[in-house]
Amino acid sequence: MENETNKKIPDSFPGEIYPVAGTDVVLTKLDDVINWARSNSIWPLTFATSCCGIEMMSVASAKYDFSRFGFEVARATPRQADVIIIAGTIVNKMAPVLKRLYDQMADPKYVIAMGACAISGGPFFYNTYSVVKGADHVIPVDVYIAGCPPRPEALLHALISLQHKIKSGATREQIKIDGNK
Amino acid sequence: MTNEDLKNKLTELFPSATFEEGGEFINFFIEPSQWKSCAKELKEKAGLDFDYLFCVTCVDWKTHLTMVYHLSSTIHRHSIVVKVKLNRDQPEIDTVCDIWKTAEFHEREAFDFFGVTFINHPDLRRLFLTDDWVGFPLRKDYDDPINMIKL
Repeated sequence: MENETNKKIPDSFPGEIYPVAGTDVVLTKLDDVINWARSNSIWPLTFATSCCGIEMMSVASAKYDFSRFGFEVARATPRQADVIIIAGTIVNKMAPVLKRLYDQMADPKYVIAMGACAISGGPFFYNTYSVVKGADHVIPVDVYIAGCPPRPEALLHALISLQHKIKSGATREQIKIDGNK
Repeated sequence: MTNEDLKNKLTELFPSATFEEGGEFINFFIEPSQWKSCAKELKEKAGLDFDYLFCVTCVDWKTHLTMVYHLSSTIHRHSIVVKVKLNRDQPEIDTVCDIWKTAEFHEREAFDFFGVTFINHPDLRRLFLTDDWVGFPLRKDYDDPINMIKL
């Protein structure tokens, strides 16, 4: 088999080829294939509350282009979205809206907290009456990105990290589903 | 009108006004009791025609509150800033929303965050905060032991 390069499957695919009489068989686990497929097509929700949203838009545009990694289909409705990127400050008034958006997303769903505001309330606004001190007070977060705002490359890195996390079945959503079995 | 001309004109119209130097705009202070008539003049006086109120804010100086009105004229393209000092314990000032309609929401905002009472305002309710909110969060002595740390 080692010599037959045309039969080699990509390294990123979670499976192996076993030769049997007359043909070859790919052996894998269904969960792994599902996670592999899901991780390569993640539709983000069009959602941003402040300046991090500008960086997010830049990542969507031609220069950085997150469609290279399978994130191109930004959805304006949470019912069709797989990942919500919390790009900006969440204030007390926005918190119930964020919770509702998250609840409306179909399983499996993933959350990225982008920037200092989404992580901890932000460098400027944390000591006020109105700001939620971290979006994870409202919904569970899978990947955090530091920065104010983070570089577009950092968001790309976070998206790829999320893909790795999904492939290994380690997102909060997947752990929750497995725990219910 | 240039700032120089504006200043001369305003000194003539409002002899009790005091000017503050060193900004992009002409700044002047006026007494709260005179504010309403002053606002009418600024809007209607030919040559001034301040028909656009583009910003209403309040500043808490701990000793007093200052209302700040930014006015502009779409005809003459000149702008001024009018400031009115208010008693911090009982801040009251006449509304100008019958002169500039836009003031209605701006004044509600100032009421919401600073607790300034606008006399004769048609609908003085909280704007951004909930109706049952206690206190005025943009005042310097606002206390919120749950969300804020003392500095």
